[in-house]
Order: sequence, then structure tokens, then C-alpha cells
Amino acid sequence: MTDISQTPNAAPTTKPKGGSLFEKDARTKRRNAAESRFKMYGVAAIGIGLLMLIVLVTNIVTAGTGAFQQSFLELNVELKADKLDKKGNRNIKDIKKVSTFGYAPLIAAALESEVEKFGIQTDLKPKAMGKILSKAAQAELRNYVIADPGEIGKTVSFRFLVNSRVDGYLKGRVTRESIANDKSISVEQLDFVDQLRDAGVLYKAFNPDFIFGADASDQRPEAAGIGVSMLGSLFMMLVVLALALPIGVAASIYLEEFAPQNRLTDIIEVNISNLAAVPSIVFGILGLAVFINYMHLPTSAPLVGGLVLTLMTLPTIIISTRASLKAVPPSIRDAALGVGASKMQAVFHHVLPLAAPGILTGTIIGLAQALGETAPLLLIGMVGFIASNPPDGIVAGFLSPNSAMPAQIYEWSKRADPAFYERAWGGIIILLIFLVTMNTIAVLLRRRFERRW
Amino acid sequence: MDSKAIKIAANNVQVYYGDTHAIKDVDVQIEDKTVTAFIGPSGCGKSTFLRCLNRMNDTIDICRVEGDILLDGEDIYDKRVDPVQLRAKVGMVFQKPNPFPKSIYDNVAYGPRIHGLAKNKAELDDIVEKSLRRAAIWDEVKDRLDAPGTGLSGGQQQRLCIARAVATEPEVLLMDEPCSALDPIATAQVEELIDELRSRYSVVIVTHSMQQAARVSQKTAFFHLGNLVEFGETGQIFTNPEDPRTESYITGRIG
Repeated sequence: MTDISQTPNAAPTTKPKGGSLFEKDARTKRRNAAESRFKMYGVAAIGIGLLMLIVLVTNIVTAGTGAFQQSFLELNVELKADKLDKKGNRNIKDIKKVSTFGYAPLIAAALESEVEKFGIQTDLKPKAMGKILSKAAQAELRNYVIADPGEIGKTVSFRFLVNSRVDGYLKGRVTRESIANDKSISVEQLDFVDQLRDAGVLYKAFNPDFIFGADASDQRPEAAGIGVSMLGSLFMMLVVLALALPIGVAASIYLEEFAPQNRLTDIIEVNISNLAAVPSIVFGILGLAVFINYMHLPTSAPLVGGLVLTLMTLPTIIISTRASLKAVPPSIRDAALGVGASKMQAVFHHVLPLAAPGILTGTIIGLAQALGETAPLLLIGMVGFIASNPPDGIVAGFLSPNSAMPAQIYEWSKRADPAFYERAWGGIIILLIFLVTMNTIAVLLRRRFERRW
Repeated sequence: MDSKAIKIAANNVQVYYGDTHAIKDVDVQIEDKTVTAFIGPSGCGKSTFLRCLNRMNDTIDICRVEGDILLDGEDIYDKRVDPVQLRAKVGMVFQKPNPFPKSIYDNVAYGPRIHGLAKNKAELDDIVEKSLRRAAIWDEVKDRLDAPGTGLSGGQQQRLCIARAVATEPEVLLMDEPCSALDPIATAQVEELIDELRSRYSVVIVTHSMQQAARVSQKTAFFHLGNLVEFGETGQIFTNPEDPRTESYITGRIG
């Protein structure tokens, strides 16, 4: 065989008809202009979106990071035996008789000795000095003594939370001007704080209690933490996962693989899609009516919250599960049926494993949605509950009243003290970290197990 | 050619998809240990009819079958028949190679496993090897039985699907355009295989390629617009068709 021979450097001998290709005609110009205009709109839309996202994230981070740091004062407290255990027999019952109020003099004395030690100049009375500490300090001291009465008589070093105003002063939120009308702190106290800070005993540090601790009353924003409501959210998510996943997957498999195509299934299908768009507060009312008023389940309990959120999440899970079942090519079902597998064997041996990544992704997205939901919790009493004690045990975790993360954030944002405002933003950061983590897991699962045909 | 026992007899079969009458009055006798080819233009109903033979059409809600299809003298559309049991007897190979996204071994072992054909692992290994050998793919895959079946080439995948189908020891093998997604070399391998399978099974093959029908089959049925136009010895259909429509199709004037 020979190669086809070609004329080298051949050039066409015809001329262009109706205009050169090098010049654009009016119609082409118009079309190109329309196209670049459209691209510009797109870029502008994405730009606005990104800008908003950046503004949102910077806002949250700047407003919320403060909540992770708290100001502490280090004090060496002498646990005087004559105040704490007047009978001297170290009987726990007698020690418990001393109220938190009885510990105030110990703290005042410790502050006084600090003043002497560092040569701090102040006109404040010891009691006024004690006011810079959090109201939680005395309780902390008392709990320490009750837990270990053997420490009475010794001098122990403590790290106390300071008052939210002092904390705000160190964070720059409170200034000498801004406290002109503030009765809970004075300029003299701030001068005192300055000197303590210079002495190195009053400082800002990372505050794990914000993440792991319990909520505190209006009076003690500095002691409030999101930990207990995090547990509330965890128990709710367990309920949602345990109910919504099996029910949702079973319903989708039946509808997708077994149910006949008729008017009834059409109606069910349309209504599942409609349910996904029902405002979440409606599910809250339903939960209130059914679970609390009719079934008499405990108010504010994560179990009820979980049930309500299950109702809300089910449509999402069913829709995504059906979508991933649909995405499994019919040839796989044919192949299984062709070798004599029953329909159920075809579904459980072949279709379900292939749809699993999609189902898991949908479930995680549904859980993430449920995790951030506040409105339905409003109606079953989880919003507004002060989660000041962690549940003692698994059963209590489900049944005893608790709050949830978004409910806690909402609760903090309602309170008057600006220190709570900072904590609300901090709570949002934690919630967002959870949501981003869950979504990342969903994306990774999909990437890892996705199959192509 | 000597006449053989009749494995499947279809009498007066009608198939409807909703209101569409897809198969009209079809009578076919499929002989044992014979390759029967169904030919005809696209949409003529040959695949639909093939899928009636192992009740794969049951998976389509709107599909309705009337008439009798007898396998070994038993009506497969009788109420007492469980289609799952039927499909173990009448295996199927599809147009597009569709191995399970599992290992080569598991692909072949799946059928025997769910039907309980092997008592232990050694027996199962044996069935897998025998089936892969019968599908003429053993030498190519014996060293990588744990590799995914989807990683094989198109022709290998199709032979794997044939191995999977023969692993359950069917009596009839239905093939729905098994070579339409394959290149000529893979097609030749599959055709050779079909010829070998004839010694054990009754094979029914749907094909678009008339040359293929002429090469592999002993009997040919020509379908046109839902009707069975002509059915007879392959040699006769291709050389001396009785019906003018068959002749037009074979010579390339229609279809």
C-alpha cells in the first residue's frame, strides 16, 4: 500500500462570497454582545453572592471569637477553717450549711492580700473589689470545698471568672465612657482592674467552659456555655437518625421499587414533595398537639424535639433516597432478575448498596438541616429553657428538659446583657462548624463511593 | 436438517403496552439444542417477544401478555408459576453488558448462591470456573477473579455476563442483541461461544445483523410491525424467503 500523495502548500483558488470571515457581520456582533452581557450578569451575580458570604463570615468571626476567650483572675484563697467548718469536725453536712454567700469574705480577703502583694493603689473597699469577680466565683469555691473537705485550712490557687463588664473592658467592648450610667461597675474598679492586669494575675485565656459548660442565668453571662444544649442537640439527632433513616429508606424503597404506579401513589408522591416545603413551625404545632397534648410526653425533652424534627426531615430523606435509587441504572435490576433473583434480592443485594452513598448524603444533609432548626422547638418548649445542668444519664438525656444549640443561640440573643450577644455569635460559630463538618462528610462520602457506569 | 424436540411453544401470543398492540398473533416453536434467531427492523417487537419468554416484561407495569407460552409443556403465564423460578430455568443476556459492580468471581457466583446450587466454597469455585470456561473467558480472567467485573473490556464483560447466565444451569438462554455494543473481534468470540452453547442449551438470539443471524442460527424468525412474518430454517429464509416482506428486508429494501 502507498500513502496518498498530496500537493504541497496548496491554496484554495476561490474567493469568499458575501463578506470576509475576518470581519464580523452585524448579526454576529449582536449575538456576541448578548453573550458577553449574559456572562457579565452571571459573574456579577456570583460576585454579589461571594461578597455577601465574605461579609457574613467576617461578621460572625469578628463578633463571635470573643466568646471563646474569657477573662480570668488568679487568686490564692485561704480556705479558713473557722469560717467553713465552725465545729471543726469536717462533717460534710455542716460544711454544706455554709451558703455561697459565706464564701464571699474568703474571696475578699484573698483580693486584699493580692493588693498588698503587688502594692496596688486603690480606695476600693474589699467588698467592692470582690464585685469585679463573677457571681459564679463563690459557688465555684463552695463546690470545690464540698467535693474535697480535706482542703479546708489550706491555701489554694484558683482561677476565677471575672464579671462580664470587666471581661468586656479587657475585650474593648466596655470603656470608661460607656459605663457612665452603669451601676454594676465603676471607674475606680476599672483602675483596679488595670493594675491587676499589669501585675499579670488578670488576663484573657481560652475558655473551654463556653464549649462544654452549661447555660447560666441572666446575671452571669461570663459563666454561660453551650455544652449542655449541645448534648440536647446530640440526643435529638440520635432520635432523628434512629427514626428517620429506617422509615425514610423503607418508604422510598417501597415507593420506588415495589409500589404500583397509580393515582394513590401519585398522590402520595406529590404530597411528600409538598411536605418538604411545609414551614417548620407547622411541624412544631403538630408535635405540640400530638406528642405533648395527646401522648403526654414530657415538655422540652429532646425525645419530643427529635420526633418533631424526624417529621420534618423525613420528606428530605425520602426525596433524596428515591433520587439515588432512581440513579441506579435499570440494567443492574435486569441483570439480577435475569439470573433469577427475586425483586427483593435484586433491591437489597444490588440496588441498595449502589444507592447507599446517595442515601447517606441525603440523610446527613437532612440531619444538618434538623440540627439548625429552631422554630419547631419553640412550640415544644425547648426554646427558653435554661439548660443549667447536664443530663445525668442516657435516659435523662432523652427525657429530661433540655435546650438545643440553635434554641440556645436564640435564647442568648434575646437577653439584655451585651455579653450574651457575643455568646450568641460564638454559638453560631460552633453550630456552623458542625454544619460544615457534616456537609463535608456528605461530600467526601459521595466522592469516595460514587460509581460510574 | 433433522427435527428436534420442541422446548418452547408460543401460541397466539399478543402483547400490549397500554393501548399499543406490540405483538400480534405470534406462533413460534423453539427447538431444544438449537439457535433460533429473531430478526427484523427496530421496533418490530422481537425484543419484546424475547422478554416474554422469561417474563421479564412483568417488571413493566403497563405491559400485558395474552396467549400461551409453553415451556416443557407448562404454561409459564399460569398463575401458579413464580417468575423467579422460571428465570432460573430461562437465563438472559442483555444488549448492553451489565456486570454487577462486584468482583468477577461474585458476578458468576451470585446466581448459584441465591439458588443454593453449591453446598460449599469448593463447589462454588468449581461452578465459577466451569461457567467462565464455558463462556470462553477463563484464561483471560483466571488470575484476577477478585478484580471488578466492570473493569473488563466490553467483549469480556459480555462474555462474563454469559458466564453469569450459564452458571445457574439454565435450560434456555435468551440473548437480546448480545453483540450490538461489541467490536467485530469480540463479536466473533461471542458468536463462536453461542455455537458451543448450542450443544447444551436452547439459545434464542435477537439480532439486528442479518449476517450474524445467518452465521449462528439454525432457525430464523422474521418480525415486522409486531407480526411474525416468516419462521423457518435459516438457510431457507435467507436464500428463498416465501414472504415478499422478508425478501425486501433481507435484500435491504426496507428496515
